[in-house]
Amino acid sequence: MKAPKFSYLRAGSVEHVLELLARYGEDAAILAGGQSLLPALNLRLSQPKLLIDINRLDRLGGVELGNDHIRIGALTRHAEIAASPLILQHLPLLAEAMPHVAHPAVRNRGTFGGSIALADPAAELPACALALQARLVLLSAAGRREIAAAEFFTGLYRTARRPDELLVEAQIPLKGKAKTVSVFMELARRHGDFALAGLATELLLADGRIAEARLAYFGSDERPVLAGAVSAAITGKALDPTLAEAAVAALAGDLSPIDNAQASASMRLHLQRVLTRRALALALTRSRQLGRAA
Amino acid sequence: MSGEERLMISLTVNGESVSRLVPVRQHLVDFLRLELGLTGAHLGCEHGVCGACSLRVDGVLVRGCLMLAVQADGAHVVTIEGLDASGEIADLQQAFVERNALQCGFCTPGMLMTAADLVRAGVPRTRAEIRAHLAGNFCRCTGYQAIVDAVSATLNKRLSEGGGHV
Repeated sequence: MKAPKFSYLRAGSVEHVLELLARYGEDAAILAGGQSLLPALNLRLSQPKLLIDINRLDRLGGVELGNDHIRIGALTRHAEIAASPLILQHLPLLAEAMPHVAHPAVRNRGTFGGSIALADPAAELPACALALQARLVLLSAAGRREIAAAEFFTGLYRTARRPDELLVEAQIPLKGKAKTVSVFMELARRHGDFALAGLATELLLADGRIAEARLAYFGSDERPVLAGAVSAAITGKALDPTLAEAAVAALAGDLSPIDNAQASASMRLHLQRVLTRRALALALTRSRQLGRAA
Repeated sequence: MSGEERLMISLTVNGESVSRLVPVRQHLVDFLRLELGLTGAHLGCEHGVCGACSLRVDGVLVRGCLMLAVQADGAHVVTIEGLDASGEIADLQQAFVERNALQCGFCTPGMLMTAADLVRAGVPRTRAEIRAHLAGNFCRCTGYQAIVDAVSATLNKRLSEGGGHV
């Protein structure tokens, strides 16, 4: 179908965007990569009065290394993140996730901030933001605020972003000398499609034990879920082959899978359990490789 | 249509400069097809799933239906007509013909655009990698086997000749 009528403005500056958002609020939609907004318009699932095109705001893009974090500008394209040596070196979880984000043509346009702000429950990047403890920076005419990813995703396509706010960047803390192992996995019917189940996980290891565990599940629930029960079940324990069953047993306490035509709730829970076992097995392999390299 | 908001845009399409007053809600494929008569890019799903509308914009592969024409203001757009005319994919087209990598042909322009993106990079690829690269392009006739054959053969030929894309 064709998109409904809307007004279109190409923003000349971030200040211009904030001014427009203050004036139009929920009647405006930010056009970044457009890889989800344009389908929604073409299907007439969304009918904003105004599209604010931020694609020419170069200062909103780019990956940069700070003192204690990596900054990812909201307008950074998926393809740029996938090709970034900084991301590969410092955020291997994100590097591992990128090939799963849609298809090459979509990765060339789609943006990091767009994926985070949309909060599609099957999207990879919100889960990565949770597992990596990203801090999200929002600007509005009223000022600037930072919010932890753990507090950002509030429901199905719902976030803590107010209608007058623009997500401008994510700051992802670096782990310094801590020994970390990360694993990203997902299950989809076709490579690049939305996941039926997925898991972004980062484990901090100390003396052969799990000091911190962050497992962010996506694709199964209405929003990405940082699994507290699973984390409690495995923290303090040795990363060994027996660990997976404790994690799997705890998982039902963390997830409330959705039930629809793509997959039933019980199938999604089953798939997440399968991924949990696979991810912890791979984490063990990777931790041994780390040990050898050290 | 009355009350339609329009904007003037100027862009390069297949090397030629064009300027047009376009409805702001018109996507790039409708602009190419309806305004410029370039009907090579096909509209299948019109929501970014099928890949039949694939285009090259400023050097990268994009979904034409997921970009507004007004966003292409100042851009360099290459369609399948442009790729065909330049000779860039003559070998790929020949391989598609030789291996029956098309039947009805609806997906073929998008499939060629996406395959061109892969073969011009000049990097060796396994069949699985070729499939992953083409996964965003639907073909409902061939079962993909022949398409992967054609892309693989073209890529390997270019690599063995050491030229790659010129």
